[in-house]
Amino acid sequence: MTLLAVDDVAKAFGAVAAVAGVSLSVAAGERVALIGPNGAGKTTCFNIINGQLRPDRGRVAFDGRDVTGWRPRALARRGVGRTFQISQTFPSLTVRENVQMAMAAHGGRGAAIGRPLRRLDPAGADAVLERVGLRADGDRGAGALAYGDAKRLELAMVLAQSPTLLLMDEPTAGMAADERHQLMDLVSRLAREEGIGLLFTEHDMDVVFGHADRIVVLDRGRVIAAGDPAAVRADETVRRVYLGLDDA
Amino acid sequence: MDSLIGTLRLLAEEPSFAVAQALTGLAGASSLFLVSAGLTIVFGVTRVVNFAHGSFFMVGAYVAVSAITLVGFWPGMLVAALAVGALGVAVEVGILRRIYRAPELFQLLATFGLVLVIQDATLWLWGPEDRMGPRAPGLRGAVDVLGQPVPLYDLFLIAVGPLVLALLWLVFRRTRWGVLVRAATADREMTAALGVDQKRLFTGVFALGALLAGLGGALQVPREAANLHMDLNVIAEAFVVVVVGGMGSIVGAYLAAVLIGVVHAFGVLLFPKLTLVLVFLIMAAVLVVRPAGLLGEAPVPAGGGHGTGEPPLRPASPLLKLAGAALLVLLALLPLATEGYALVLMVDVLALALFAASLHFLMGVGGMISFGHAAYFGIGAYGAALAAKYLAAPMELALAFAPLAAAVAGLAFGWLCGRASGVYLAMLSLAFAQIAWSVAVQWLEVTGGDNGILGLWPSPWAAGPGAYYYLTLGLTTAGLLAIRWLAHTPFGQSLRAGRDSPRRAEALGMSVGARQWAAVAVAGAFAGLAGGLFAYAKGSVFPSFLAISRSVDGLVMVLLGGVQSLTGPIVGAIAYIGLADQLVRGVEYWRLVLGATIILLAVAFRGGLAGIAIRRAGAP
Amino acid sequence: MLRQAILGLAAMVAATAAGPVMAQEPIRIGEINSYSGMAAFTVPYRQGWTLALEEVNAAGGVLGRKLEVVARDDGGKPEDAVRLAAELVANEKVAVLAGTFFSHIGLAVSDYARQHKVLFLGSEPLTDALTWSKGHRYAFRLRPSTYMQAAMLAEEAAKLPARRWATVAPNYEYGQSAVAAFKQLLLAKRPDVEFVSEQWPAQGKIDAGATAQAVALSRPDAIFNVTFGPDLGRFVREGNTRGLFRNRAVVSLLTGEPEYLDPLKDETPEGWIVTGYPWESIDTPEHKTFRDAYRARFNDYPRLGSVVGYGMIKSIAAAIAKAGSTDTEKLVDAMRGLTIPSPFGPMEYRAIDHQSTLGAYVGRTTVRDGKGIMVEWRYADGAKYLPDDATVRKLRPQE
Ligand SMILES: Nc1ncnc2c1ncn2[C@@H]1O[C@H](COP(=O)(O)OP(=O)(O)OP(=O)(O)O)[C@@H](O)[C@H]1O
Ligand SMILES: [Mg+2]
Repeated sequence: MTLLAVDDVAKAFGAVAAVAGVSLSVAAGERVALIGPNGAGKTTCFNIINGQLRPDRGRVAFDGRDVTGWRPRALARRGVGRTFQISQTFPSLTVRENVQMAMAAHGGRGAAIGRPLRRLDPAGADAVLERVGLRADGDRGAGALAYGDAKRLELAMVLAQSPTLLLMDEPTAGMAADERHQLMDLVSRLAREEGIGLLFTEHDMDVVFGHADRIVVLDRGRVIAAGDPAAVRADETVRRVYLGLDDA
Repeated sequence: MDSLIGTLRLLAEEPSFAVAQALTGLAGASSLFLVSAGLTIVFGVTRVVNFAHGSFFMVGAYVAVSAITLVGFWPGMLVAALAVGALGVAVEVGILRRIYRAPELFQLLATFGLVLVIQDATLWLWGPEDRMGPRAPGLRGAVDVLGQPVPLYDLFLIAVGPLVLALLWLVFRRTRWGVLVRAATADREMTAALGVDQKRLFTGVFALGALLAGLGGALQVPREAANLHMDLNVIAEAFVVVVVGGMGSIVGAYLAAVLIGVVHAFGVLLFPKLTLVLVFLIMAAVLVVRPAGLLGEAPVPAGGGHGTGEPPLRPASPLLKLAGAALLVLLALLPLATEGYALVLMVDVLALALFAASLHFLMGVGGMISFGHAAYFGIGAYGAALAAKYLAAPMELALAFAPLAAAVAGLAFGWLCGRASGVYLAMLSLAFAQIAWSVAVQWLEVTGGDNGILGLWPSPWAAGPGAYYYLTLGLTTAGLLAIRWLAHTPFGQSLRAGRDSPRRAEALGMSVGARQWAAVAVAGAFAGLAGGLFAYAKGSVFPSFLAISRSVDGLVMVLLGGVQSLTGPIVGAIAYIGLADQLVRGVEYWRLVLGATIILLAVAFRGGLAGIAIRRAGAP
Repeated sequence: MLRQAILGLAAMVAATAAGPVMAQEPIRIGEINSYSGMAAFTVPYRQGWTLALEEVNAAGGVLGRKLEVVARDDGGKPEDAVRLAAELVANEKVAVLAGTFFSHIGLAVSDYARQHKVLFLGSEPLTDALTWSKGHRYAFRLRPSTYMQAAMLAEEAAKLPARRWATVAPNYEYGQSAVAAFKQLLLAKRPDVEFVSEQWPAQGKIDAGATAQAVALSRPDAIFNVTFGPDLGRFVREGNTRGLFRNRAVVSLLTGEPEYLDPLKDETPEGWIVTGYPWESIDTPEHKTFRDAYRARFNDYPRLGSVVGYGMIKSIAAAIAKAGSTDTEKLVDAMRGLTIPSPFGPMEYRAIDHQSTLGAYVGRTTVRDGKGIMVEWRYADGAKYLPDDATVRKLRPQE
């Protein structure tokens, strides 16, 4: 079942056509990698999908509904979770409170005043932190986390909202190799077990080829190739434009 | 209304009057531009909102009056501009340089201290009397423009504005220094990385800004006697111009100055009683439509990154709880020790601590800077007073009315400025407060104007100094605890979260705007309660309850106490009012001492007083 | 300036140091004023009360006790003034409250006095409300009120041929009530008069060029001006440059007071009809004595503030002497109808509304030796410029 369908979206910043007609789709339980050189337009695509940016043209459909131009918070409430290329957490909250904040927002209690945030289902929050390996850091300030840990916390916050579509912009940047695979294993398992659709960008080809069911390659705002990892690896254009770097 | 139509008819009969009036407006615009240009350049590069910029203007006028008698008119202008430029260097090197890295509010605090110091220093040097300077030689008379007399000096000023604008343009486009300044305006970190000597650049920019303000003040001499009120009079208008033009934009400042100047000139003609509020209405209108001003660029939402943010909120430690309880017991026992002034003073301290805490909720928790928080304090006070006066409400009911009125005002304001943030939001809040203030001053029939509303004394049971003290202590304590509680709840934490990273918050399904809107109303309600309590303590309300100086008092209290701590505003209120009370009673030049103390605190203790205590205790 | 400050300080020390001559506790007067905000007025004012204080104490004080002033700066804020009033009453145990400059601060302290039953002598504030609509048993006023001064000028204005009048007044209570009183009184005498333009510049922020231009637009025969201080200077300069005052009569409130006239120097407009204080040329014996004493003491000439400060202490000293006690109720009774000499001649605190009958000088402005002065003046006795008793009773809430 198609969870996300992006149809010919485009976005220009002044003279720069950041995204120039991109179509792609993600099915439930499917893991799609969006790759391409720096400035190819990956983040811009993400921003269009989760509503940070309104596309100049094209449509975004989620769960069978046209959601083009919806705000991020409306999409989040429908089950679109997203992590950012430069991780975005709430540094003035503790690690656990970050997750509790996400849970509260998900449960419609994001503006409750009945009791302190820290008393809102701490066990549930710890369980989510456990999954990303941050359980021991629950009481620390999120601003004090190392970069890789902040990315993990961000994932935990998104997971706490039980999304059906997960958008991850360079989820493993700044992590050691074994950490990367650990994290991607976790996400892969979630996709498989809970039928979450996953769209991620990544510069580490090991991660891409190890964890993607399908790959979409972007260059200068256009899709230059798409298909399963083997087909993309064999694609001439891709080898020249992008993977060519590896051969050199 | 009749007079408006009458004036319009007269204008239609004699269109040359409109031309002359426009020229008058343009002349005013030029002086306004000189001050505002300096302010906007300094802000663009250093991100310092310089409250003392108006003081530079005032000093420029005073120095010019003195210098003219020694060296003649035009050289005197030059001397004044250079002298104020030198003063700018001293201020930058001596004070601001030490606090660029501190949160922007500390710079505000320091420049506010400077305002006080310069005010008393000017009084001391030049005395209390207004100093009328001579007119410009050769430009004394008026010329005929379409049959209307237009002062020659006005024409000269009209030319000065574009001339200075062109000069600045040349400096910024054609000199290496100017290019560096522009680069620094666009991206501070980048220029630092390029190996530019930032210190010297900042000093130079600050000196240029001060020099322009000094020149503006000097050029004002033929139009106005140098006086001790010039600083605050001009700074409010200069802020308006800078914000309307777009912060950091010199051309924007010129356009805005022309807009304000001309609107002002015709406002005098068409709406003679609305002159106070007109400029602020324009500012509000511009900012609602263009949140970054005419030529400003939208501020990039910052933060959320790793390694930023404040320490998390922790539940009160047993020690803090104990200290709080002990303080409460002590305060409760105070009436046993004294019947006198201490109780009166403590009622002020308590009400203003609540006021400061409500401002802190907005700033420290919500990340929304307000330069106009006194609006809610005053609207609460007036709400209570009007309820008492027109509905014959007893004190208990009127006091309940206070937070209600202020919360409604908060909702209105939050709705108006939904899109603004940062300094722009701060400026909108200032505009809002000024509009509220003007209404209080000018709607004589309802508010009593300047004379305020009198006879607002407590119900008999609370009339004794002890009884009213207990009432205030009870309500304030409840208010402070409620604010503290709110900060820890999901509501309060989501405000902090939205401040840290609006993008993250929105992507988690939270509406940052709605939270902030609610926060304004909540903070407004507590400020309103404080205002109501204060009104019944004074027996009266006055427009000064919503004046800029009260907003600034609130800011100083919050900053003194420390923005990052929930106990900060309480400590700040006690320190500030205590200090002011002692100084006012004992020292002739008390503003100088108060100002110097504030500067010292801003420079030396960035965490505020509460921060010192925390550091002493060894906690983070 | 420095010299003045030192002198002032010395006076303070002299006033506050407990004298060995009189064994008893001094009688304290709590004085609140806008010392920092309105220094141009308050410096001479302080010197005025200092002089009176020294005279009273040199003559043995009152009731055998020394008189002492505890002065406080309200910073221009009524709420601070009220707090300081409480401080003076509770901590300093003052017998009487006095002072204030701005009308609204005067009213605030007056309301405090009513609530706490302390006598308050408002020395400078001009608002009619202080003795009329918001008058009460415990408040008295020294200076001629807005109404009285407007009446003095309306009398002169009625003699002018002018029929089309424009008004320029600061946009707050003082300006508004001055214009209202002037209009009412002038129209009563001259029903043919028409008011063709009203300008209301914000106090302290006049846009003088635009205002002068706007006045000119209505082509009035005469102008009634209420602006003062820096606003006045700007208005005069713009008006002079633009020829606004050419061939027009101008009637102007307070402009003859040295506080406001002196800064105008050689730009003082010619022939304005003003209320004020021509200190140089008043040669009555009582004024000469005052002026000489003031000069000898401060090496400076008196301003109107000096007279007000001087009168304030003399009034209170006389009231205490008459009451034979510092008990508030007895003091109030003593103040009602109290007659004392002043540098302007005898004055009385009317029992009916607690307003003093101190008058003002009405004359014309001119420039002499590069300075603005008042000429052709006469003393307008305050008693003659108050409404009849029946009207006053209607204006004032009866106890
Ligand atoms: N807000 C913006 N304003 C102007 N240009 C932008 C903006 N955002 C992106 N761009 C430009 O659009 C193009 C695509 O940027 P985008 O961030 O989508 O690339 P990316 O594929 O995510 O690159 P990277 O791998 O470096 O993250 C780039 O040329 C970038 O400079
Ligand atoms: Mg990217």
